[in-house]
Amino acid sequence: MKKQKKLSILLRGLIAENPVLVLVLGTCPTLAQTGSVIAALSMGIAATVVLVCSNVVISALRKIIPDTVRIPCYIVVIAGFVTIVQLLMHAYLPDLYEMMGVYLALIVVNCIILGRAEMFARKNNVIDSALDGLGMGLGFLLALVAMATIREVLGAGSFAGIKIPFLQDYTLPILTMAPGGFLVFGILIAVINKIGPKKGAQKRKEFSCEGCPSAALCGKVSCAENVELTEITKPEIVTNKEEKEGEANGN
Amino acid sequence: MEIKTLLYILLTGVFVNNYVLQKFLGICPFLGVSKKFDQASGMGIAVTFVMLCATAVTWPINEYVLGTDLAYLQTIVFILVIAALVQFVEIVLKRFIPALHKSLGVYLPLITTNCAVLGVAINNITDGYSFLESMFSSLGVGIGFLLAMVLFAGVRSRIENCPSPKAIQGLPITLIAASIVSLAFFGFAGVIDNLLGM
Repeated sequence: MKKQKKLSILLRGLIAENPVLVLVLGTCPTLAQTGSVIAALSMGIAATVVLVCSNVVISALRKIIPDTVRIPCYIVVIAGFVTIVQLLMHAYLPDLYEMMGVYLALIVVNCIILGRAEMFARKNNVIDSALDGLGMGLGFLLALVAMATIREVLGAGSFAGIKIPFLQDYTLPILTMAPGGFLVFGILIAVINKIGPKKGAQKRKEFSCEGCPSAALCGKVSCAENVELTEITKPEIVTNKEEKEGEANGN
Repeated sequence: MEIKTLLYILLTGVFVNNYVLQKFLGICPFLGVSKKFDQASGMGIAVTFVMLCATAVTWPINEYVLGTDLAYLQTIVFILVIAALVQFVEIVLKRFIPALHKSLGVYLPLITTNCAVLGVAINNITDGYSFLESMFSSLGVGIGFLLAMVLFAGVRSRIENCPSPKAIQGLPITLIAASIVSLAFFGFAGVIDNLLGM
């Protein structure tokens, strides 16, 4: 029973609560680092390492960190681990370090990491937090690699730098460039909306503040707006139904 | 020549290297707060303002405090400085310019974890800009962000009125629209170079 619970914490991040495709967090690296599979893979691994380490530390310190200054504390912990990853990559993988450029440092402000610290690590014990970090990190990695595969195979006719014989002659270079990132991400989410589990009320994917770590600070400006919007759209749906019923009755 | 360089940095930041549409930095506010025109412009102005403040603070820190010996502390120091700065700006605005605080205040805490602000601070250092060049670069990037937000708010208001298939409603159609806007910005590549003869 207990093992099952731990397994579910780990697996949740992979599919059901995939940070990128379901929670829509960490969009910046998702779009920027998926032009090639290698970049996506290294980004995913770097972020997973930082996520697991920071989750463990934050969870271990959860009784010491005062509630009022918790966000700056989390940022310091995360920035520390990002610096460690930066130094390690600079030393052992200089090519990848160059390729990732500023995005490596920007793992600090990746919403997924701060979001998991805020939503999970500060309420749970060290082992659960580590598993949650690992699951979420792998979910992030999975989404990045899936997107990068689509973009690289169709856009450059290669996979992780290895050329694919036939596709290589019919590439769509735009997919590896900036507009392709938005396009593939949009289509991927649309496909998941379409084929995803429909049981229960699967909420319409808006860009929400739900998982955003700064939501508590900002007073949920855009969330409040989203709520308004759904409230407005609901009656519309009802009226449509009524109209349809009316038509059916008329017929 | 000097002015030409500054102008080049400024215009490149606005059009060619647009952070949102070409470099994918600051996507969260771009997608989250671009529903209404006035919110989008408020957010854009707040980001530009914070970028300028952040550059004005981080550049001297990097030059005179971190130097080359402590360069590995760059990430930690920059994010903390920006977080503290945003809080400070908020308090100052609240105390002295309440009208401005009322219009920008809600956006300020969101900006702390905006990767565009940290990104521009780090990029200015890696590009080896002087202080003045850094300020112009930040101004350009900020204006570029504002431009993208405002343009996109217009696009989104049109999308809201269009019936679209259920699966692509919400985020997917927004991203696809962003893709088209981003494609439009490709048109600026090379224009600035030719304009200034560089």
